[in-house]
Amino acid sequence: MTTGFVFAITGGALFALGAAGIVLIGDLMRRILAFNLMGSGAFLVLVGLAQRYDVADPVPHAMVLTGIVVAVAATALALALVRKLHALTGEIELPDDADE
Amino acid sequence: MKRMMVVAFVVTLALAFVFFLSAAMLELAPAAIDLRVPVSAHLTESGVSHPVTAVLLNYRGYDTLLEIAVLLLALVAILAVVGEAPVAPSRAAHPVLQTLGRLVTPLMVVVAVYLLWAGAFRPGGAFQAGAVLAAAAVLLHLVGLLAGWSSPRLRLRIGLAAGFALFLAVAAALLKQGSLLQYPPDAAGTLILLIECGLTVSLALILAGLFLFLAREEGA
Repeated sequence: MTTGFVFAITGGALFALGAAGIVLIGDLMRRILAFNLMGSGAFLVLVGLAQRYDVADPVPHAMVLTGIVVAVAATALALALVRKLHALTGEIELPDDADE
Repeated sequence: MKRMMVVAFVVTLALAFVFFLSAAMLELAPAAIDLRVPVSAHLTESGVSHPVTAVLLNYRGYDTLLEIAVLLLALVAILAVVGEAPVAPSRAAHPVLQTLGRLVTPLMVVVAVYLLWAGAFRPGGAFQAGAVLAAAAVLLHLVGLLAGWSSPRLRLRIGLAAGFALFLAVAAALLKQGSLLQYPPDAAGTLILLIECGLTVSLALILAGLFLFLAREEGA
């Protein structure tokens, strides 16, 4: 087992942690954090598996670089939407659909 | 009680996912197509000598083209969300912080130019350079030397779109080569540097804008 596998398995664990967070947490700010954790986990899996042998494969590394920037843009948009929600309703949680 | 069961269910599911994913990754066979071989075989005609930059801007340049488009789109969406709210006045920070901001910003500009230039032969490139420049702008805002941005005027709009427009223009001019963003090998280095310069400027403005356009009065 090389360091690449350690990175990849850590990435898988981070992804699961983030996914559980998105499902369980109602607070939208923390949900955005959980979403970022999921993204970081996926990037870590890609980067880790790309270097599981001696020489790293540059293609997944370049894809992750692209993904990081897109994740930044998505996070910023999500934060802007949360701010708007806060300005409109004074809350940063989505309304609870308890009437099911 | 119901909540506890949901938590237990989700946590069990997540743990099972990690277990099976780890097992699958440890069993993973070597990739059927080893992309490292073609990447290093064509590196001399890609115009740059660092494989990641070659993948980003030459072999899979269209990914990067769409990436800057996504960033621009996110910024447009944010501008649509925040609307015409009044800009928050920049709060003057402690003089020591302001002096630090003044000292560090020129260094960050130098680092950004270095990263842009180094991208051709070592880790670095337009995205890293743009991120450093944007961080400098955010730092200046946080120490109170740069006000938040209101809705962009013409010059800022041109700057925000320049990188994407330049990239698109190069891609359109090269269409007669046969496939999208296939550079002629002898001009590839120059074209990539040109695109990267445009990308750095636009990325810095877009990333700084993601922060500075949101620096509005609370509740607006």
